[in-house]
Amino acid sequence: MESVKETLTGPIFKNNPIALQILGICSALAVTSSLQVTLVMCVALTVVTAFSGLFVSVIRNHIPGSIRIIVQMVIIASLVIVVDQFLKAYAYAISKQLSVFVGLIITNCIVMGRAEAFAMKNPPMASFIDGVGNGLGYSVVLIVVAVIRELFGAGKLMGFEILPLVTDGGWYNPNGLLLLPPSAFFLIGLFIWALRSFHKEQEEAPDFKLAKHTPVQEGA
Amino acid sequence: MEYYLSLFIRSIFIDNMALAFFLGMCTFLAISKKVQAAIGLGIAVIVVLTITVPVNNLIYNYLLADGALAWAGLPDMDLSFLGLLSYIGVIAAIVQIMEMFLDKFVPALYNALGVFLPLITVNCAILGASLFMVERDYNFVESMVFGAGSGVGWALAIVALAGIRERLKYSDVPDGLEGLGITFIIVGLMSLGFMSFGGIDI
Repeated sequence: MESVKETLTGPIFKNNPIALQILGICSALAVTSSLQVTLVMCVALTVVTAFSGLFVSVIRNHIPGSIRIIVQMVIIASLVIVVDQFLKAYAYAISKQLSVFVGLIITNCIVMGRAEAFAMKNPPMASFIDGVGNGLGYSVVLIVVAVIRELFGAGKLMGFEILPLVTDGGWYNPNGLLLLPPSAFFLIGLFIWALRSFHKEQEEAPDFKLAKHTPVQEGA
Repeated sequence: MEYYLSLFIRSIFIDNMALAFFLGMCTFLAISKKVQAAIGLGIAVIVVLTITVPVNNLIYNYLLADGALAWAGLPDMDLSFLGLLSYIGVIAAIVQIMEMFLDKFVPALYNALGVFLPLITVNCAILGASLFMVERDYNFVESMVFGAGSGVGWALAIVALAGIRERLKYSDVPDGLEGLGITFIIVGLMSLGFMSFGGIDI
């Protein structure tokens, strides 16, 4: 039971796919300008990661090593097609907003990376849980970024007004920068900084250390 | 002609794949430590995008789109849901073929690109460009221009980032921000810079 909990919660903070493994950043940046869209994206990614882990793991002993990437790709692409069609049928407006990013789950390195690194070596149930865990790790970062961006950029959450805007007679002057794409980079950069301040062992060693500053000897 | 030129310029600067749509970020951050490597990867991306986007355009228009199979006597067939699977298959196949072709006929280029080619299959910029092509309904020539343009834009962005990161060695970054963190912030600033192209109307 201990290992199940470890597989599930490990990727959320200790081994976060975005902040530490540098996986799946592409979509993390593009879909976070509104919380609702972000939530849909998180669910979609978690479902795909979990089930691709499960299916890859079920047939892992029958996949020839030389074509395993193609086999994983086909499994993942089929799952993404299912998710894409589902969203088009039941949440058309959101699927339009996500535009190409649902399709891009295929090339999201989290899905591929977990299938290759974990599901190929572990039994189905563990792979499924690992997929859910990594999906959650991805979701945590995305939701934090999305909440900050939507709350301070538009004064809303999920489309409901939280901070009344100056333009509507309220007091809050929105920070338009947060709705623009570059702000996602700053927020994730700062998120990584915060995470690494708590988990010191995640810090990267600099290539070069600056020499200590020594004052010039007078008259020398 | 002018239209294609403006499409080309637009896909390089205004709709820059890396800095406006955040596609291909994983490789973008991972391979941008050295300018030399960044140039190699950039060229590989340009070549692959210029080939795959038009090929996927043909596949979409003649096999997958609604009613596209009319030439085969199946006017009611709509296979567009198979799109994702076919694009990624086409990309993987073309990258593989290109690798074998370069190995046999242009070994110098193969050695230069070698390690980067397999990476490109899972680069979201490649698949993303094909999906944008479908979403924006480009025709064959447009898709060729768009593919080349977004490839050049992506290469430009990664080479610029690699240049900045090479210089960054000399700066004293806070411990937790070292490496990945500071790179994110730099890319953010670059992206802010590229946004200023947004006002250009061509």
